[in-house]
Amino acid sequence: MPNGSLVKQPNLDQWLAIGADGRVLVRTGKVDIGQRISTALTLIAAEELDIDPTRIDIAAVETDVAPDEGVTSGSNSMEESGDAVRRATATARKHLLALAARQLGVAEDALDIVDGLIRARATNRSITYAELAGGKPFGIPVDQTAKTKDPKSFKHVGTRVTARGMADLVGGSAKYVHDMQMPGMLHARVVRPPHYHATLAKLDDAKFKSAGLGIVRDGSFLAVAGPDEYAVLKGAERLAAAATWDRGKGLPEGDLFKNLTANERVSLPVIKGSPVKEAVPALPAPPANAAVTHQARYERPYNMHGTIGPSAALAKFENGQMTVWTHSQGIYVLREAMAEALDMPIEAIRVIHAIGAGCYGHNGADDVALDAALVARANPGKPVLLKWTRDDEHAWEPYTTAMVMELQASLDASGKVLAWSHESYGDTHNMRPRSTGNKSGAARLLAARYLADPVPPPVATPSMGHHVGIHRNQEPLYTFDNQRLVKNLVRGLPLRTSAMRTLGAYANVFALESFIDELAEAGGLDPIALRIRNLADQRAIDVIEACNTALNRDKKPAGYGRGFGFARYKNQKTYCAVGIEVSVNDAAEVKLHRCVIAADAGEIVDRDGIAAQMEGGVLQAASWTLYEEVKYDRDGITSRDWDSYPILRFDNVPEIETILMERPGAPFLGAGEASSGPAAGAIANAIKDATGLRLRRLPFTPEAIRAAAYR
Amino acid sequence: MTVTLHVNGTEHKIEADPATPLIFVLRNQLGLTGVKLGCGLEQCGACTVMADGQSVLSCVKTVSEFNGTKIVTIEGLAAHALGSAVQRAFVAENAAQCGYCTPGMVSEVTALLSAKPKPSRPEIIEALNGHLCRCGSHTRIFKAIERVVAEKSNA
Ligand code: FES
Ligand code: FES
Repeated sequence: MPNGSLVKQPNLDQWLAIGADGRVLVRTGKVDIGQRISTALTLIAAEELDIDPTRIDIAAVETDVAPDEGVTSGSNSMEESGDAVRRATATARKHLLALAARQLGVAEDALDIVDGLIRARATNRSITYAELAGGKPFGIPVDQTAKTKDPKSFKHVGTRVTARGMADLVGGSAKYVHDMQMPGMLHARVVRPPHYHATLAKLDDAKFKSAGLGIVRDGSFLAVAGPDEYAVLKGAERLAAAATWDRGKGLPEGDLFKNLTANERVSLPVIKGSPVKEAVPALPAPPANAAVTHQARYERPYNMHGTIGPSAALAKFENGQMTVWTHSQGIYVLREAMAEALDMPIEAIRVIHAIGAGCYGHNGADDVALDAALVARANPGKPVLLKWTRDDEHAWEPYTTAMVMELQASLDASGKVLAWSHESYGDTHNMRPRSTGNKSGAARLLAARYLADPVPPPVATPSMGHHVGIHRNQEPLYTFDNQRLVKNLVRGLPLRTSAMRTLGAYANVFALESFIDELAEAGGLDPIALRIRNLADQRAIDVIEACNTALNRDKKPAGYGRGFGFARYKNQKTYCAVGIEVSVNDAAEVKLHRCVIAADAGEIVDRDGIAAQMEGGVLQAASWTLYEEVKYDRDGITSRDWDSYPILRFDNVPEIETILMERPGAPFLGAGEASSGPAAGAIANAIKDATGLRLRRLPFTPEAIRAAAYR
Repeated sequence: MTVTLHVNGTEHKIEADPATPLIFVLRNQLGLTGVKLGCGLEQCGACTVMADGQSVLSCVKTVSEFNGTKIVTIEGLAAHALGSAVQRAFVAENAAQCGYCTPGMVSEVTALLSAKPKPSRPEIIEALNGHLCRCGSHTRIFKAIERVVAEKSNA
């Protein structure tokens, strides 16, 4: 299959350059957000070019220079950029060998390559990559069919390496956007309304005593800037005190989970993973030969991305040009949206990626870029570093939507699933600042809706793609008969939402994998056997068995429970099974003891990087599952710091064993989001095993456990 | 007002509003941007530095409270025998993803191991429980600590 990134950027020079010094520069459109894509690309390039990884640089990702590969999301980077770089470097290798053969006067197959040096075996004459192509463009297209290396001869791909840049992260020398300093730079902070719908009624300038601080006001967008960060922080507090807001009606109240299935909605049937614009079929009566029919409803609240470093951006406006340094996941889409919001031509905006704290999806990164640009525009010639505060990030980031999943299934006596229904309800997962014209990109940037000439937030439309949004991983990988899948995009919900790691997959897999255990219990069957009974995909069965065997290697300690969950992310990426051992203590707290992850990510490139993604995914999902819920009332968000929105800490981290399946030569399968859903199912099933309590509403706090126990 | 700070082995006379939290002086006046601001509320541990050998949060306590203390930031740990061993162990275990929490973690672990060369698991958890990591590097941080302890006891 042709690689889409290469179709869009077909020339080798768009991907690769060899310097006069022999260093190799690899270009990518994907940004490193701690998932180690730059490490994986280094290994791929080192392998195909037979060059030491330390001689490879990964270019900074910047508009007009980097290949446009859309957004770094959806676990697509290896399949898109990884594959593109592999084909590009294989093309370069072939090209360099041909050049060398001519120069050295021998046939190509009489040449060896050792660390960028091409040598003729017979004559021992040699020539380097730098001598052949250093500092010169290749001037050829990437050959999509170029022969790539035989996995049997891999020296770099699949090894355990130190991640690129690790020493800088650990040594404190890595420069995040937050750390950039420029001569004449101003710091800035935004003063926000009390909630989404409030507008600035009055600003009492007399109350705001400014010493060298500037105010930027545009409608209800309010910011303060000055050379000293602490003075700006204090200034922002004074400015907040000087502002009077019209609070309007406030946030809509009422029972969230009731509203999720009662509000107006757009309902679409989902066929083989994609919604279709047809009427939703009614839930049929259970088949006559059903031995068991069971139904259950599962619920997940709003969660936040919860980055440890609140979002930041640096912007500079000079001679009609805006330059923005950002940790956004999509520099090209952000540029388009900013052009709309600032009423500037796209060519006048340059967007440069710089690292940020982990984002886990669409957090405040894009919004803060517009905030910084607005302040920079009011201060021409001065670089402006604008940082969100902890309060900004907690209260204003676009959350992941609350969801409800309603499941029903029938089973015959042998454990074959005869009928299956899964309906999911929620708000949109799709509010990244992608423009489809008509200022639709600007509408998705927070500040745009508060300007004097506002761009109102868009009305969400149902995502119609394969396994996206609310219906991601709703389609089971299991071979259930008579599947009825429905997605419901619900209107009138209270909070701003967008894409967070896994989109709807975490909630759908939590429901699906909890429900399979419930079905097994109802039918008196073993839950693992029930899964395998309904699977045709051997790779799925392999990870399930590997995980289950390792989880049950020794006897379960008394009072502990074990649980299991499985999914193949989007039914097309990494296969992942998670097994967890838990106990519930006297304080009704769930304690995580041991965890086994088995994953099949196709051909392994960055071995330890995949393991880190799997482990991190489980721990983050454990945090969502046990602790997290964004709270709010009429007056606004009430989860505004780490006390009011607790997350996982070191005191509840299980031992983790990660098993990676070896699939040399198989296509890469994206891994970054694969373990989250299975982890939630596993925890729910383990709590059931330990206590007999089946929990169906996240998070599983002590209050939730007590409530279930006394029900 | 002028405050005297000893940071990473050098004495600095700092002109600052005495109410300025230490972190802003370290980052903006001394350029020590390895120290990370995560919450500014003493809730996450990202801003941890060492002061007179103990770990402290630098995001709320004011610069004037540190007059005369010896501060070591993440940048200074490379020249610190134990600190550099902790850093090497973090690298060897790939104990960071985004790395934003990492300087705070490394500083905390260094302070812990200087006080207790062979900490028990509960002692490690107690020391680290104030530190948040959203990427889920926790198990690798445990391994990095085990690595330093093993190295030191073999030395
Ligand atoms: S920044 Fe100091 S504890 Fe969070
Ligand atoms: S490594 Fe990203 S927060 Fe810890």
